[in-house]
Amino acid sequence: MSLALEILVSLLLLAGGGFMLLGSWGLVRLPDFYTRLHAPTKATTLGMAGLLLASMIYFSVSEARLSVHELLITLFLLLTAPVSAHMLAKTALHHRVKVVDRTQGKPLIDCAEARRPPSSS
Amino acid sequence: MLSTVIWIVSAMLAAALVMNLVRLLRGPDLSDRILALDTLYINSIGLILLFGLYRGTTLYFEAAMLIAMLGFVSTAALCKYLLRGDIIE
Amino acid sequence: MKTGGLSRWLPLPLQTAVLVVVWLLLNNSMAPGQILLGVVLAWLVSLLVAPLQEGPIRVRRFRLAGKYLLRLLKDIVVANFDVAARILRSRRHLKPGFVAVPLDIRGDLPVSLLANTVSLTPGTVSAELSSDRCWLYVHALHLEDDTVLIKVIKERYEQPLREIFEC
Repeated sequence: MSLALEILVSLLLLAGGGFMLLGSWGLVRLPDFYTRLHAPTKATTLGMAGLLLASMIYFSVSEARLSVHELLITLFLLLTAPVSAHMLAKTALHHRVKVVDRTQGKPLIDCAEARRPPSSS
Repeated sequence: MLSTVIWIVSAMLAAALVMNLVRLLRGPDLSDRILALDTLYINSIGLILLFGLYRGTTLYFEAAMLIAMLGFVSTAALCKYLLRGDIIE
Repeated sequence: MKTGGLSRWLPLPLQTAVLVVVWLLLNNSMAPGQILLGVVLAWLVSLLVAPLQEGPIRVRRFRLAGKYLLRLLKDIVVANFDVAARILRSRRHLKPGFVAVPLDIRGDLPVSLLANTVSLTPGTVSAELSSDRCWLYVHALHLEDDTVLIKVIKERYEQPLREIFEC
């Protein structure tokens, strides 16, 4: 494996690991549930994409044939991350999870929970 | 060089797992705990992939794929249970 | 429903093609045997699930769909850096908020695609859809101005989706 490729794989791995660490850091640090929801759905997904890309390049070079099945996990995570985020947000609305005081548009929470248009509130 | 980087990234992911565990134990609401579990499984997929890179084998790919699928289904099932009180309607 | 010969024997052409590609990715090979097996399996699965589908998916403009996908990938990376920066900064800077976005598109698939796009890209997560499917409730991590956010979502993501599905 050439040095340039090794550096590329290492950089991708470090970027991926960094994003996943940031996602989990956000999960611990952000103030309320809805803001915490953003960290794992976005940062962790991109982190996984970085790790999978690194693994794809590494195995394509070391086994001397194109290795693309990691793409499948990336695609799967890209498809499922927004769906699980949406379901978690629905659950939180249903359970009236507390929001931080400075959240804007608080009256919308009740409308969203009742699934009615915002004008009738 | 690559093996050093793999060790560093493994340490990062292990730290991420500990943070998820903190949120899982502390989470004031059930939805926080589900979110922590969701992040936990994605981080563990990353750890498995790194182990595959370290050993130089693609054998662990199937394990990662299965965790991804089962993890999503279990998150969806838990949310559905909390929303409706039932999983299969 | 009028069934021509093709739609009877190949009810879901787009989904069948996707299944073949997924099978080849899963096996990580382009061997002729795998391609044959993938085609047969995808065809059988599409015959089995066709009765569950409510009418076929009609993508009218494939080139626009490709352009939308590429822009989406770029936006995902940009939005990720944005969210990462906001996580690292002090939490006092954060101004979270809920927004109701009026929807002009109709149909299950376009609306769910828009909701998923909104969840993945501009620092927002779609939370709930009103039961008349005219409003999408969105939570933003950092909300400066709600009219700007609504405009971005409508012009950057909803408009191309409307053109792709022509609804």
